[in-house]
Amino acid sequence: MDTLALEATQPKKAQNGAVSLLPGPPTPAKRKPAKKTKKAVVFFEVEILDAKTKDKLCFLDKVEPNATIGEIKSMFHKSHPQWYPARQSIRLDPKGKSLKDEDVLQHLPVGTTATFYFRDLGAQISWVTVFLTEYAGPLLIYLMFYFRVPFIYAPKYDFTTSKHWVVHLACMCHSFHYVKRLLETLFVHRFSHGTMPLRNIFKNCTYYWGFAAWMAYYINHPLYTPPTYGEQQIRLALTVFLFCQIGNFSIHIALRNLRPPGSKTRKIPYPTKNPFTWIFLLVSCPNYTYELGSWLGFTLMTQCLPVAFFTLVGFIQMTVWAKGKHRSYLKEFRDYPTLRSPILPFIL
Amino acid sequence: MSAPAMGTSKTAHTDSSNKKKKGPGTLATAYLVIYNVVMTAGWLVIAVGLVRAYLARGSYHGLYYSIEKPLKFFQTGALLEILHCAVGIVPSSVVLTGFQVMSRVFLTWAVTHSVREVQSEDSVLLFVVAWTVTEIIRYSFYTFSLLNHLPYLIKWARYTFFIVLYPMGVAGELLTIYAALPYVQKTGLYSITLPNKYNFSFDYHSFLILVMVSYIPLFPQLYFHMMRQRKKVLGYVEEYSKVE
Repeated sequence: MDTLALEATQPKKAQNGAVSLLPGPPTPAKRKPAKKTKKAVVFFEVEILDAKTKDKLCFLDKVEPNATIGEIKSMFHKSHPQWYPARQSIRLDPKGKSLKDEDVLQHLPVGTTATFYFRDLGAQISWVTVFLTEYAGPLLIYLMFYFRVPFIYAPKYDFTTSKHWVVHLACMCHSFHYVKRLLETLFVHRFSHGTMPLRNIFKNCTYYWGFAAWMAYYINHPLYTPPTYGEQQIRLALTVFLFCQIGNFSIHIALRNLRPPGSKTRKIPYPTKNPFTWIFLLVSCPNYTYELGSWLGFTLMTQCLPVAFFTLVGFIQMTVWAKGKHRSYLKEFRDYPTLRSPILPFIL
Repeated sequence: MSAPAMGTSKTAHTDSSNKKKKGPGTLATAYLVIYNVVMTAGWLVIAVGLVRAYLARGSYHGLYYSIEKPLKFFQTGALLEILHCAVGIVPSSVVLTGFQVMSRVFLTWAVTHSVREVQSEDSVLLFVVAWTVTEIIRYSFYTFSLLNHLPYLIKWARYTFFIVLYPMGVAGELLTIYAALPYVQKTGLYSITLPNKYNFSFDYHSFLILVMVSYIPLFPQLYFHMMRQRKKVLGYVEEYSKVE
């Protein structure tokens, strides 16, 4: 629709001398342009093409210039109900980066007829759902092994309990850890993204649930051997574990406080009054540092090789994430503190 | 599934070069040519050794012993290929190459070498022959490619022989692992039982069964990947000649 032609055919509704172009019958979604502007409001046209086939999937006319990508996604969803906004990736270039939901149409490098490319991200699932599922599993699975539910160990051990007190302690620590994670997911974390690809839930649950079963099998086994250095070792391990659990929680709270509710702002985290956060001086992702510490404590407490493997694999993954986060911080903030390392002070 | 290591390396070249990778420099190319020539020669030695032993003994049985040492040496040497990918002089995935080479090395050392009783099995000859023919073609393919002088015959052989060699190799490998099972169970080879200080256990017998089971999803995937590669690399030529 040629909006200039529209101006020519319809009488202008002059308001305080302002010239404004109004579409024919106003639709509920359109607001009347501000009365104070003297500029003509130009509506955009948006066409959405498939990034791979370049087929024209959708044409939207009379889109407000201050419409966000999120709003455009909603409009696209109306014409293609199978692609809900969370699974839409809208970009300026077929091979380019996804535009953010907050990006405003008129601030993008597009003409009044904007061409966007669409890629289907596949079925999506919310982060909260994934976290709750992947953490609830280990909590319940470990308890099944702890209570020696039938068909795991020899029948004569069904529903018996270990004679070693460290096994009871380990169960409490493991359970505490996952309860903490579940509560943090519900009440503490502020997620940047609403959703992730559906297949992640299968991948993540296999990892968490699989390792939990593997560790729990040995720790709760009738033939379990307690740590070599006995009470000394267990006490040290418990101290490390608790220290790091508190540390990890402190970091999560500090990160939450960086971000006002409902927002997706990113700021440089700094040490707060809480001494557990002073590690921010040396490390970009101390939550991962503390997490590693917790699992090292748990490994020491149980003296169990599968726990050591789990700690190692987790450490490798967290290092990858920490390095990525560290790089993003450096890219986004010019004044990012140079003393900080991604995950291990001065080392990694 | 150790049998092919074909296709995925070099033809992945065109697939994986969506990031601009400059090819190996002249020094790297010279090194790779030498490496591939040496490997071709090595597997030829194994091939000749098999033929000679067969002619001398007059039977197919027990030929493993005549080529045991060069087999171990050259198959283990293939570990260098993982390094080549890691360093970047070969444009293949480290993970994929690692997986392929490790599965060969596993069969050579952790099964055939470790369980003496299977060394006289005919299944060993089955996979050794499959590997030998495959590797001679594969390494000469790489050699000629690096020298930019690839005879069509070698390319054709590489993308055709696998049709028979791959199932043959897989059959030999599976039968060999299967033959090893009773001995592994009896002797508790490479197995750790509870109780122990590190609260860990490992049953090699169960592990071998798991390995055999893993062939079921993996073999068809790799086989059909090779088939697709074949169509891509050779297919259009056949159609073209049909048109004419």
